[in-house]
Amino acid sequence: MANWVPLWLHRLGSPPVFYRFAGAVRPWALGLALVLGAVALYGGLFVAPADYQQGDAYRIIFIHVPSAWMSLFIYGAMALAAFIGLVWRIKLAETVAMESAPVGAAFTLITLATGSLWGKPMWGTWWTWDARLTSELVLLFIYLGVIGLYHAFEDRRQGARAASFLVLIGAVNVPIVHFSVNWWNTLHQGSTIRLLGPSHIDASMVWPLLTMMAATKCYYVSSLFARVRADLVASESGKGWVRDLALGDEAKDPTA
Amino acid sequence: MTDLAMGHYGLYVWSSLAIFVLVLLIDTLGPLARRRRNLRELRARLARQENRRRPGTAQSP
Amino acid sequence: MTPGHLGAACAALLRRDLTLAWRRRGDVAMPVLYALIVGTLFPFAIGPEPALLARIASGVVFVTVLLSILLSLDTLFRGDIEDGSMEQLMLAPQPLALLVGMKILAHWITSALPLIVVAPVLASMLHFPTGTLPVLVLALVLATPLLSLLGAVLVALAGGAKRSGMLLALMLLPLCVPVVIFAAGAVSAAQQGLPWIAPMAWLGAGLALAVVLGPLACAAALRIALDS
Repeated sequence: MANWVPLWLHRLGSPPVFYRFAGAVRPWALGLALVLGAVALYGGLFVAPADYQQGDAYRIIFIHVPSAWMSLFIYGAMALAAFIGLVWRIKLAETVAMESAPVGAAFTLITLATGSLWGKPMWGTWWTWDARLTSELVLLFIYLGVIGLYHAFEDRRQGARAASFLVLIGAVNVPIVHFSVNWWNTLHQGSTIRLLGPSHIDASMVWPLLTMMAATKCYYVSSLFARVRADLVASESGKGWVRDLALGDEAKDPTA
Repeated sequence: MTDLAMGHYGLYVWSSLAIFVLVLLIDTLGPLARRRRNLRELRARLARQENRRRPGTAQSP
Repeated sequence: MTPGHLGAACAALLRRDLTLAWRRRGDVAMPVLYALIVGTLFPFAIGPEPALLARIASGVVFVTVLLSILLSLDTLFRGDIEDGSMEQLMLAPQPLALLVGMKILAHWITSALPLIVVAPVLASMLHFPTGTLPVLVLALVLATPLLSLLGAVLVALAGGAKRSGMLLALMLLPLCVPVVIFAAGAVSAAQQGLPWIAPMAWLGAGLALAVVLGPLACAAALRIALDS
């Protein structure tokens, strides 16, 4: 009875099926992300009360923290896809892993930039060697290394496999980096100013945060699907279904 | 309801939002353009192949 | 030992790599010279005050050693990939991980060992306290094989790529952050008279893990990179 689940997953692994599936899901995911994001921003920037310590500057949290969560979540998703791609040699999983990297790098960049913008009024400096900020910077370098390695190969498939392996090495390394940076931080700085200290968070601050988290998840799905579609069109260009697609689009879309 | 100035921190809050929107906008538009470009290139290649097979019959627009 | 024996194969490979390195002694000397030159530039850049130099000496030594190893890593597998002996190693009946481990060992002997020898000289030039030199050397002895192993995996991954100079630095940097933190942390703790056993123990634990997993990962990476 539950046999249709693996069957469906197996069919989804075929590029033309996934292409159509992604094309159908993508607009809905993007729309949901926009609606949820707008609601969360309205709730976070206008409805939630100002923090008694940080005033209105804390509102950056509604962008910064969901982005930080996504930077780690996307790495996890990428590592899972890379593992599946390497072990079972599924081409689509490799594509998913490789196309996740730029989205993850974008969220990591947003996290660093907004963290810096938050640090300036709160800590009085754009950058501090805080454990979490430093780990996030290292994460950005790992993302960039994966993207760089992928593009350094002439053969895309081979590049994807090598970069997938790097993703897995990085997955082992990220916790070690975080641990060592924490250790280093306590050695060099007596105490760090905590942005989210023991101060309890009001419920009116929690729901925009969670909504924004859902919005960024939906955004990831939409961006990933758009990227995989673009990649499939290029990598499968010799196949009949892409040829039909190219010729069919011409009839539909005379401007192209 | 809070005002748009966000106390004295409006610059920081709004520029954070601007970075967020800008980076994700680039991230959204890039792949869409890439897919369209890939399809266009493929169409051009198919047209060239068609031309070579039957010279003179198919005119590129 | 019979010719096809595992130990014989490993010894032969090690001897071959060391002989090759000996034939090109000039190339082996380059990383050492590079480290000395980079280390010498620091006093010019920040001023010759002994207290300031002593404070940053361990950091300078570790970063220059890291950069020198990075410089020498680029050629670790390139010659073998270009002349086809890497394919021979892959087809050999002996496990590839072990053979690759021998190559990494040869690389460590030819490029990291000279750096360890020259590091106390460099550190002394930067007014590093003489009493703490053994800790510095111990930290280097534990940290450089780790860097060689990590770097070898990444060089293997980039083996099939067309351009890999800056890419290697970009990939190695995030992975070697813990090594630099613990090695330099142990030395600066010793410099301040604090206990330095804990970071050194972490470094040793990392090395033990890397000695086991590094060659395996390196062999897997080589198979991926050259699988065409």
